[in-house]
Order: sequence, then C-alpha cells, then structure tokens
Amino acid sequence: MWSQPKGRSREWCCMAEFRGEVSIVLGGAAGQGIQTVEWILTYALKRSGYHVYANKEYMSRVRGGINTTEIRVSSRRVRAFVKRIDILVPFKQGVLSWVEDRISDTTVVLGERENVEESFLGKVNLVEVPLTKLALETGSQLYLNTTAAGLIVGLFHGDFRAVEEYIRKRFGSKGENVVNKNIEAARKGYELGVKLCEEGTIRVEVERDKKVREEILLSGTEAVGIGALTGGMNFLSFYPMSPSTGVSTFAAQHAEEFGIIVEQVEDEISAINMALGAWFAGARAMVSTSGGGFALMSEVLSLAGMAENPIVIHLAQRPGPATGLPTRTMQGDLNLVLYAGHGDFPRIILAPGSMEEAFYLSAEAFNLADRYQVPVIILTDQYFVDTYYNLPKPELGKVRFERHIVEAKPGYRRYELTEDGISPRAVPGYGEEVVIANGNEHDEWGDITEDAELTRKMQEKRAKLKLETIRKNAPLPRLFGSEKAKYFVISWGSTLHVVEEAVEKLGRDDVALLHFSWVYPLNPETKRFFEGKTVIVVENNITGQFAYLLRKELDVEVHHRVLKYDGRPFSVEEVFDALKGVIE
Amino acid sequence: MNLPTGREAFEPKRPGSRDIAWCPGCGNFGIRNILISALAELGLRPSEVAIVSGIGQAAKMPHYINANGYHTLHGRAIPIATGVKAANPELTVIAEGGDGDMYAEGGNHLLHAIRRNPDITVLIHDNQIYGLTKGQASPTTMVGMKTPTQPWGVFEEPFNPVALAVAMNASFVARTFMGYFKESVEIIKKAIRHRGLAIVDILHPCVSFNRVNTYAWYREHTYWIDDGPFDREEAFRRAIETDPLPLGIFYVNERPTFEESVPAYRTDKRPLWKREPKLDLVEKFFESKRL
Repeated sequence: MWSQPKGRSREWCCMAEFRGEVSIVLGGAAGQGIQTVEWILTYALKRSGYHVYANKEYMSRVRGGINTTEIRVSSRRVRAFVKRIDILVPFKQGVLSWVEDRISDTTVVLGERENVEESFLGKVNLVEVPLTKLALETGSQLYLNTTAAGLIVGLFHGDFRAVEEYIRKRFGSKGENVVNKNIEAARKGYELGVKLCEEGTIRVEVERDKKVREEILLSGTEAVGIGALTGGMNFLSFYPMSPSTGVSTFAAQHAEEFGIIVEQVEDEISAINMALGAWFAGARAMVSTSGGGFALMSEVLSLAGMAENPIVIHLAQRPGPATGLPTRTMQGDLNLVLYAGHGDFPRIILAPGSMEEAFYLSAEAFNLADRYQVPVIILTDQYFVDTYYNLPKPELGKVRFERHIVEAKPGYRRYELTEDGISPRAVPGYGEEVVIANGNEHDEWGDITEDAELTRKMQEKRAKLKLETIRKNAPLPRLFGSEKAKYFVISWGSTLHVVEEAVEKLGRDDVALLHFSWVYPLNPETKRFFEGKTVIVVENNITGQFAYLLRKELDVEVHHRVLKYDGRPFSVEEVFDALKGVIE
Repeated sequence: MNLPTGREAFEPKRPGSRDIAWCPGCGNFGIRNILISALAELGLRPSEVAIVSGIGQAAKMPHYINANGYHTLHGRAIPIATGVKAANPELTVIAEGGDGDMYAEGGNHLLHAIRRNPDITVLIHDNQIYGLTKGQASPTTMVGMKTPTQPWGVFEEPFNPVALAVAMNASFVARTFMGYFKESVEIIKKAIRHRGLAIVDILHPCVSFNRVNTYAWYREHTYWIDDGPFDREEAFRRAIETDPLPLGIFYVNERPTFEESVPAYRTDKRPLWKREPKLDLVEKFFESKRL
C-alpha cells in the first residue's frame, strides 16, 4: 500500500503535517503496558479540548503477540474506526508488518529504530525519538510508556496539567515517588513532542473545542454496565467469556458501592438460571456472555419464554462458529438470538450503535423485560465494547424507572389471559396469595395442563398477542438524511458511526442512512421507509443476517449487501469505497 | 379474609392441583405429606415459602403443595432456587427434584451450590430409577439392575450423594427414608431451619419401575444413626456405608451463606424487588469519567 522509498531516513528531516485530525496507532505486545499510554493520552487530550476516539484490537493471549490501539484526535466529533494511520508508534518489532496495509507514504512512524523491522527502514517516514534513553534518565525503563504518552500530548501542545492530573489519579495509590517519577517522565516526553513541532518535524494543527473538556469518556462496556445500573440492575450472574467479561467486571467493581449481587458461577447454564430465579423473586437481573455462552443458555431462554420470566441478556459478539476468534469482532449472532430456544415465544433484540444508545437501551431493557416478561437481548460486539470516545454526559432525567410488579391478592392468577397477552406479574412474598411459574404448558394459575383449548390459548397469548403488543410499540429506526433519498444505507448495532461517517463523506443528498438499534421485533410501520428505495445493507457478517430479517419481517427487498467477515471492524474507508461501488 | 393455618394452609385449592399425576402407592405422596407437616410445624405461611423444582415426577411438587412454586427445567432447580433466595432472603426456599434431576443433569450445580452455600434446602426424591421417562437407570441405581436401556445390567458405580456432600464440606447433610414419617419431618424441619445449604437425600420406592428397592427393601437395608451429626471424618466413614444405608443427619457445618457474603445486604436488608436505581451513584460515576 505504501509508496517507494523516499530517502528520508535521516532523523528530524521529514516534515509531516496533519490538519483537523490525526489518527494515531500504538502497537506493542500484550503485557507491555500500552494501555497506560492510551489512557493518559485520551484523557489528557480530551481535557485539553480535543475530540478523541479509541479502539483496540488484540490477540487471544496474555503476553506477547501484537495488539494495537487506534486513537483519533480531532477538532470535530469522531466516533468511527479509520484504516488510515497518520502517526504509528511501535513498541516492538513486528508492529509495522502487522499493520502494513494501513501504512501509507503520509504515515509517520514515531519511535525507536530498534522497534522497526529492517525491511521497513528507509521505506517509511521514521521519526526517531529516544524514548528508552529518556526513560532511563528518569530512573528506569519502566517509565517508557509515560514518556511516550507525554510525547504525543506534546505534539498537540496539550494541557500538561491534565497529564499530571491523570497520573496522580492512576498512580496515586502507589505513593508520591511513583507519581513524581511518572510526571517527570511524561514531562521529558512532552518537551520532546513540543520540540518536534517547533522544529517542524511533525506539525499538528487541530483546533480545540472548549466544551469537550467537560464531556465524559465512555466505553461500550461502561455504557452497557452503567446503563444497566441506571435501569435498576441489582443482580448479575456470569461465566467469563471474551469479549463480554468487561461488563461483568464493571458490575463487580461497582457491586459494593451500589449494593448489588454479582456472582461468577460454574457455567453459563447456571448463570442464566440464577438470573431467572432472581427475576422470579423480583430482582432486576442480567447475564453477560458471548455467542458460545449464549448457546448454552438457550434451553433456559425457552423456559423464560414459557414461564414468562423476564431476563436481560448482554451478548457481546465475537466471530464463530465455535471458539472462532475470541478477541475479534463480528455481527454474526443475530440469527442465534433470533431463533435460540425451542418452541415459539417472543423476545426483544436491541443493538446499540452509540454510547448514548448503549446507555439508554441498557437501562430501558429492564423496563421492557419487566413490562413484557420476555427475554431482552442487548447485542453488542468486540468492536463496540472496546471502543470509547468523548460525549456529553447522558441525562438521567431521560431515563424512566418502571416497575410492573403487582401484589398477589387472593385469587391471583400468574398467567391470567388478557387482551394484550400480558398477565399481571406478582413476586413471591408480596401479598397473601402464592405465585406459580411453570415451564410446562399451564393454566392461568400456573398449574400443568394437557388441555388442547388451553394450550391453543396460551400459545396465542405468548407468540401472537404479546408479540403483537411488543411489535406495535416498537420504536422506529433512526433516519440520517432525507426521507426522499433514493439510496437507503442500512446499519444496525455497532456499525452506526462508521457508516454514518462514510455516508457523510459521500456528501450526496440522494443517500440517507437508516439505523436500527431496535432490531426485533420490527414495527410494521418501518416498511414505509423502504418504499421505492435502493436498499444497501452494511453488516459485519458473511451472510447478511439483518438483510434476511428485513425480508422476513417486512418483505423488504435488499439490493446490495456490504459484508465484512474477517474478524475486523469496518473502517470508514472500506464502507465509503463499497458504497461508491454500488451507487452510480 | 381468614386464611387457613397449619397443614390446611398448604393444601392447594387451585383447579389444576387436584389431579395428582403420581402412581398409586408412589413414595412421592409420603414426601408431600412429610413436607407439608414440616412447613406447618415450622409455623410458615404459604406466601413465605418458595418451592423450585426441576423436571420429573418429584418435580411436580409445586402443583400439589400450596406455596410459591416454580416448575423449571431438568437439572436446574438449584441455580434458580439460589437466585430466588438471593433476590429475597426473607423467603424459605426449597429446591426439589429426583435423583436424575439433582445428581445427573444438575450434578454440576449441586457441586457448586455446596461451595456457594445459599441458604436453601435441597430435597432429593431418590428412588434409584427414572420414573417419568419409564424405568431407565439413574445415577443411584444399584449395580447389576437390568432396565430397558441397560438390559445387560447397570455397571456404573452408584453416585453417593452423602459422601460427596461430606467430602465437599457441605453445610448440612442428611438422608432419610420417607417410610419413616415422624423422623423425616424432624430432619426436614432441621434442614429448613439450618442456615446454609441443606441436602436431604430422601429414599423412596418407585412402585412402577423399581422392583428391587421397595418399601420392604428400604426397611431391611437401612438403619438410624443415633449419635450424629459427626465430625467430618466420621461422617465420611458413615457416608460410605452402603448396606445397610445409614439414615439421619451426618454432618452439620455452620459457615457464611451466599446471601450473607454478597454486598447487597450489608447495609440494606430489603429484598431486591423493593429497591430502586441509585441515580446519585450513577451521577457520581459520570463525574469520574470527566477525568
């Protein structure tokens, strides 16, 4: 991808200029502490008034290998992955080869010569920086990461007090000496960064936006976790599985403060059963898992359907089948959550595309589960949970807390037949009457039945009346652009911002984006959006699972499918090129 | 309105509870009788009790006793009961099922429930055979017994739940035979009152599919331990006796329960259904994300 050697191997001689936005990629081995660099950088630059976006890709191993983090620093809001690398900071040999197809002749490699493979020397714009030397001057190789973070903040003339602030917060517990040494290391890097700019080696011109300083940085994992807590989650059971474990860890880290139950259990089967039991007794429970774990849960999903037992499931997708690529991304489990569980019963599938959607939907998931007494599945993926960026603090005033629990008065019937298919749900211990839930076909009280007429009524209650109630109350997709546009680009879940930026880049009035974060069941009114349109669905899987769903649910004809299934997220460039390819 | 009290309170009056699906002479009738007496003698009310069952003839119990009930899936009564108790520790929670339910399909849950120690009572209707699926061997079927699916005779070593529970340092371990009504009521009362996981293996005949382990067989092949509970080593020695099988409370080990160990009830004793989201803490979290 990159051009021929330009004879620019001598130190300090190349002149690179970045305006408006810089895409920085840090690459190194697992266990090398690159995350510290990333965190200092993103926080300090955000505090300095820059918009930041970060996403990582990593190998399924504890030490070694190559992991990279992309950080976009911009004068305007950025929320999407780009393939382009402006500044590449390698922390070990092999990084350049790993990202070779993302290196161009405008890419600056910022780092130490020893971290650049022989074959790249003389071919890439290498700006050598003596990070090891500076770290040793501070006292130890251990300070290399902080030095590197300071260096990049320096390139932006960022607010050094923000670096100090972050170091104090992060290393404060390790004592004053560690804090001071890290600040010293960061300052040495910072001064070098400023110098590189002043000498004209790397010129960075990105305007600041004051309001960004007060915004928050939130990851997909955190947005789901804090959203769930806002929705009243007070019980989470789980078995660790990448990339879903972050949400469970988040809940565990906040369990004492929020006074909730978080339990790591023997397997996913136990996790969802426990959560079902907790809901039955009135808790607001969630499980967090990935595709394989969810597959184990599917019998219990069916019990939730039959017993009309609410449950919230967070499923962070990774590529399958089987173990697949444990730390990579795919939108390949839509069909799994759509069809999992034997027998017919309704469910709700949500797939947030932004941190705001993840926050509000994860909170709302508990109201939905409580109201409709069905499984509510929050579908994310590795790309989404490992992404973060700055955003205005979500408004808690917009979150409603609904409680749909009734008192069990004498004569109470758990499965009372109603017009909308929703029976009043009581919990044991609230009221004098008992509550009977049942995974066998049952009468209105919850006792076993073999009666044909009652079976028919109960089947209809769940799979027709209740499903229809959910369907007609389902929110519509979000339209970006004109309703009159000829081309409708469809995204669902995590691809939202990548597709949004690609569509913006196209800059055509006849192209609009229709985004689905409420994935199933679809409101029949959704169909009107598609009339007379050329429909292009963008999905991170091999078969176009959502495109099939549109056909099945709304009889929508999909004209083009833009699919990616190499375990990596879409980049803005890829979607842009693909859209250009199908739009005349 | 005057609600019935005592044993009568636990007799269900619902239309679907009248037609009991057990075979005439089934040991499950006796266990139902024992359980109702135990609950009534403990002075509990139906709304305070939750019976969570798996699948099988034993697991139909929630329909034949008036208490909160959840008839779930094969093998899953224990984790569901754990969730119920964790969400509302004020409830008396019983997990109930047969030997296939608890020792085969649900075996892993039993192991980990012993470790986790929720304050629930696990009642296993152990008739050493599969009833509802019509006569296949269960984990506790005796070696040599011929069944339709083991026509050559069972060769697997029978599962010994009492030895397993003692080996794992379970909180309360007992075995009884439902033919001994008074003794069984006392054991189950103690199991329910015990703070922590209480396991009671209840031997009972299957009149339809087990021609070996009959009422008479159990009387002849069991004896009461009158000096229990024991220390762990002695309990284990007794637990591995197989003929005659010892009956009684083998082992009691007081240790913190699951509900006592989780952060949810440290300062707030209310069951989870009475609680609301802590928006002030959410706000605090967002503040921390500015830096």
